[in-house]
Amino acid sequence: MIITRPREWERILHNLAEVKARSVFIMGCGQCATVASTGGEAEILEAKAKLEAEGIEVTGWAVGEVACHSGGTRLEARRNAGSIDDADAVLVLSCGAGVQTVADATAKPVFPGLESVFLGNVVRHGVFEERCQMCGDCVLDLTAGICPVTTCPKGLLNGPCGGMWEGMCEVLTDRECTHVRIQRRLAEQGRVSAHAIVPPKDFSAKLKPGSVNLREGRERGRRKAPETTEGEGGR
Amino acid sequence: MSRLRELLERGEFVVTGEVAPPLGTDMSAMMRSVEVLGPVTHALNVTDNQGATLHLSSLAASRAVLDAGFEPIFQQTCRDRNRLALQSDLLAAATLGLTNVLIVTGDDPRGGDHPQAKGVFDLDSSQLIEIATGMNEGRDMLGRDMAGSTDFYIGAAAFPEAEPFDIQSMRAVRKIEAGARFFQTQAVMDVERFAAAVEVWRPHGVKVIAGILLLKSPRVIDFINTRLAGLMVPDELADRIRGASDPFEESVRLATEQVRAVREIADGVHIMPLGADGAVVRILEGAGLA
Repeated sequence: MIITRPREWERILHNLAEVKARSVFIMGCGQCATVASTGGEAEILEAKAKLEAEGIEVTGWAVGEVACHSGGTRLEARRNAGSIDDADAVLVLSCGAGVQTVADATAKPVFPGLESVFLGNVVRHGVFEERCQMCGDCVLDLTAGICPVTTCPKGLLNGPCGGMWEGMCEVLTDRECTHVRIQRRLAEQGRVSAHAIVPPKDFSAKLKPGSVNLREGRERGRRKAPETTEGEGGR
Repeated sequence: MSRLRELLERGEFVVTGEVAPPLGTDMSAMMRSVEVLGPVTHALNVTDNQGATLHLSSLAASRAVLDAGFEPIFQQTCRDRNRLALQSDLLAAATLGLTNVLIVTGDDPRGGDHPQAKGVFDLDSSQLIEIATGMNEGRDMLGRDMAGSTDFYIGAAAFPEAEPFDIQSMRAVRKIEAGARFFQTQAVMDVERFAAAVEVWRPHGVKVIAGILLLKSPRVIDFINTRLAGLMVPDELADRIRGASDPFEESVRLATEQVRAVREIADGVHIMPLGADGAVVRILEGAGLA
């Protein structure tokens, strides 16, 4: 799921002031932002109270099923057309994808109420950790199912780096070094000699903006690497 | 032609030192260091934005060392440049007459003076060592023939006392397989562990230059133990410096003993005097190396 955290309140007020908004409609998200406790009903009511304390009227609010779904969000906007119309601006408590979907569904100025931070694993209720960067060039086959691109702060494919000390990470000193974990798991699985040096990553696999259209069966945002006379070692 | 390579391959014990390029364009302070350290060492490392802090590039400063009549070891970290820039700078180094290159991953920018910087790490040091090896054979990283090849003597960092040793050591061995021909190690604190590491690495065909760090004051020890990644000063050594009536003199004695102790084990020493350049010649004289 997409993990969000509250955006600095002063920035939100500054955004609203820039369009001289005296009234606001608040849109949340029933999916990720609800689970992350950043854009569900409780957080919307909290934002509503804070806005009202600033003298800004809240004309209405809604939590759509999932903010990044274009059809659903357009429907939600139509359902609330009156209150959105009465508002000078819309504040969206969802990830950036949801904010943009709402911005496409109304002519009103739309502002982000949250910061989108990472694709998160739900470790347990209310505890989220980043394990995948969605890089488009998965190395988990070589790294025993532990992603160094994401969980090594330097994103090194080969490690440990020289900062590792007693198995711990140089940057996040309270965490075990990702490469120590990888090598230990590979050893436990008898895969130590499975590869020598993990070759450089193909960053063209993550060309922005990504786009997948199952209807047309084509994929944009991915380009073939230039022809080489010699491979870079398998991947 | 690398004199460092020639000496190491001939089996001579080498001495390397290091100088830091300035923040700015005035290299006179660095050149004063070069004039002190150059005559008593075989080669001088020229650091590359060390500690993720901004300095003039190692490329230009290495050339200045060469022009002063000494042999530089051009350092390149993977932190600040992508694969195009790294390859391009390696080619530039070759045309500037720089043959020794120490390839390192680099400290994370969050510990440096530009903590907001994007750490590039497009390549890591193992991959870049492989690429530099290919350049010596006239190929870029895509395997394309280049107009003219390089003749680098490729070095890498190694960490003889890091635990778990087997995992850190495996990385070191892979660096050798990728083409590293000499190691400059993290500061040696425990000679026995250092010796054990050398025994593992040397059969793979690498020369090991032992890092010797001048623990010149209790403040330096505190800095290493709290701020510096990948190194801890053991209590025994820390207490010796802290309890000395003259900590600086004691640190020179300690470094001299360490150089003597690794002399029978290593292929050379790399002395890091942390600015006390004058101590280097005393350490070397004390150890019978100057």
